[in-house]
Amino acid sequence: MGVPINPFVLMFAAVFTSNMVLSNFLGMCSFISVSKELKTANGLGLAVTFVMTITSVLNYIVYYYILVPLGLEYLIYIVFIIVIAAFVQLLEMIIDRISPALYINLGIFLPLITVNCAILGGALFLIIRNYSLIQSLTFGFGSGIGWWLAIVALAAIRQRLRENDIPVALRGSGITLIIIGIMALAFIGFSGVLRVQ
Amino acid sequence: MSALIVTLLSLSGITTLLAVLLVLADRIINNYGEVEVNINEGKKKLKVKGGSPLLFILAENKIFVPSACGGRGSCGMCKVKVLSDVGPILPTEEPYLSPDEKKEGVRLSCQVKAKKDISIELPEWLFAVSKFKAVVERITELTYDIRELRLRLLDPLSIEFKAGQYVQLIIPPYDQVKESVMRAYSISSPPSQKDAIELIIRKVPGGIATTYIFEHMKEGEEIEFVGPFGEFYLRPTSARVIAIAGGSGMAPIKSIIMDMYEKGIEREIYFFFGARSKADLFYLDFYDELQKKYPYLHFIPALSDPKPEDEWEGEVGLVTDVAEKYLKSLPPSDQEGYLCGSPGMINACVKLLTRYGISEDRIYYDKFA
Ligand SMILES: Cc1cc2nc3c(=O)[nH]c(=O)nc-3n(C[C@H](O)[C@H](O)[C@H](O)COP(=O)(O)OP(=O)(O)OC[C@H]3O[C@@H](n4cnc5c(N)ncnc54)[C@H](O)[C@@H]3O)c2cc1C
Ligand code: FES
Repeated sequence: MGVPINPFVLMFAAVFTSNMVLSNFLGMCSFISVSKELKTANGLGLAVTFVMTITSVLNYIVYYYILVPLGLEYLIYIVFIIVIAAFVQLLEMIIDRISPALYINLGIFLPLITVNCAILGGALFLIIRNYSLIQSLTFGFGSGIGWWLAIVALAAIRQRLRENDIPVALRGSGITLIIIGIMALAFIGFSGVLRVQ
Repeated sequence: MSALIVTLLSLSGITTLLAVLLVLADRIINNYGEVEVNINEGKKKLKVKGGSPLLFILAENKIFVPSACGGRGSCGMCKVKVLSDVGPILPTEEPYLSPDEKKEGVRLSCQVKAKKDISIELPEWLFAVSKFKAVVERITELTYDIRELRLRLLDPLSIEFKAGQYVQLIIPPYDQVKESVMRAYSISSPPSQKDAIELIIRKVPGGIATTYIFEHMKEGEEIEFVGPFGEFYLRPTSARVIAIAGGSGMAPIKSIIMDMYEKGIEREIYFFFGARSKADLFYLDFYDELQKKYPYLHFIPALSDPKPEDEWEGEVGLVTDVAEKYLKSLPPSDQEGYLCGSPGMINACVKLLTRYGISEDRIYYDKFA
């Protein structure tokens, strides 16, 4: 099993060259809606990274140790979503306990991490691309960091833009999508550095 | 066939396993053990199971912090001063706390959870608050949109309160309203009457509680309330009382005036009552009678928009303008302000009274919001 790529190279690739949101355009919904405030964006980024890292490993184990032996590979989507959902529930409890302020700030987007397609996408990638356990771990972690980096960058840009005079028609999601486009272009530059599939 | 069974079994197996794990995690993560709520520096100490909002913990221990929304964080009435560190102010609390309150550690008790030992400060009157069961003895129409309710107490049989305080009626679910709500209403009867209370209620179009009171409530039905609450009551000084109210703001002032009369308090009272036209006025005869028996009282109703058919000979104009006319001509004296009505009216009155030398800490009011 596996592809001969150094797990750390894979992590680097997941952060920059095949960034979940900016190269694969996964996890757009919360990427756009929770990027108004740097602080909340940071919190969500952290939460997504955490969920992504752990669920990558969990899903890897569930797939190769439960689904494959039972010949139930076709259940991959539903099982992965259940695992992610359960894990997000757990995370909710933890955040509520540690930081009620962050809990309320994240609001509906915390439970919505469950349906953040970047997370399911990441889990599916690692199966499709035949990653090993270690690779899955670093890939999940890297993808999370990549998403976090992107949302923090976007939130920072949006906070700066708030004082600027933007044409009325573009205010809100209009200008945000343009910014994301430009950011994506910049990230394409990275893909020449290293090509990982 | 067996493939189907394997699928079903493994799917349910996985979900059950995860569910069990979550329940266990909930037990561990949300278990805060026993925490101590220290009230007023040790005057009262509660040992409770940690983790739930302060408002509910206190209610379970028969301390009824005012609340109109039932703990949803949308009324801002459940303020409590927290002395120990319970973490930063939550975004849900932000809109209800003034900068001063934030500095003093005031928080919304429905949002603050007691996760560890916590010390709080509660005003003394809160300990006298309890839950009452009563029967609606009489409903009187005072005007086309104001009613007087008389509630006879069933359990406990009597109530102690200060004239000016309010209770919170518990409105049961009805029609589309699926949850009971609580709304504040000032007591209009004097404290000498302990076996029943009277309330004056103005209809708010589309209002949850007032629609119930005007369209569903029947004489003879049972209703519950908690109270008494509030710091709107007569201060024991000898200053002249300047009272200004409109609409159902009549209620607490009436209680205060009747209390003063019964106790024979020799303080001058000027009570300005604002209404639009004669149809909005009530208790005129009552005050006429009372003024004869109690010469310290001056009741001045003012109509802002009298109809020709009203044949009104009293004061005309906004209640603030009429009050100003009197304030100008009254001989100088130590004065206190007692205001009751909509936030807009109160703000205008506070401005007026401060202009006439009454400092803000001697102006007391209940905003009916
Ligand atoms: C300390 C205190 C004492 C009070 N004493 C009395 C009293 O003696 N008599 C009395 O009639 N009321 C009194 N009130 C007001 C009362 O508690 C309710 O707010 C009011 O009856 C409306 O309740 P509702 O459930 O019918 O309306 P809701 O369903 O709560 O509100 C419906 C809509 O009406 C608006 N609204 C709420 N209150 C008013 C209002 N007073 N005027 C105009 N619009 C409003 C709301 O913003 C909302 O949009 C008091 C309030 C406070 C805080
Ligand atoms: S109870 Fe209404 S805000 Fe707390």
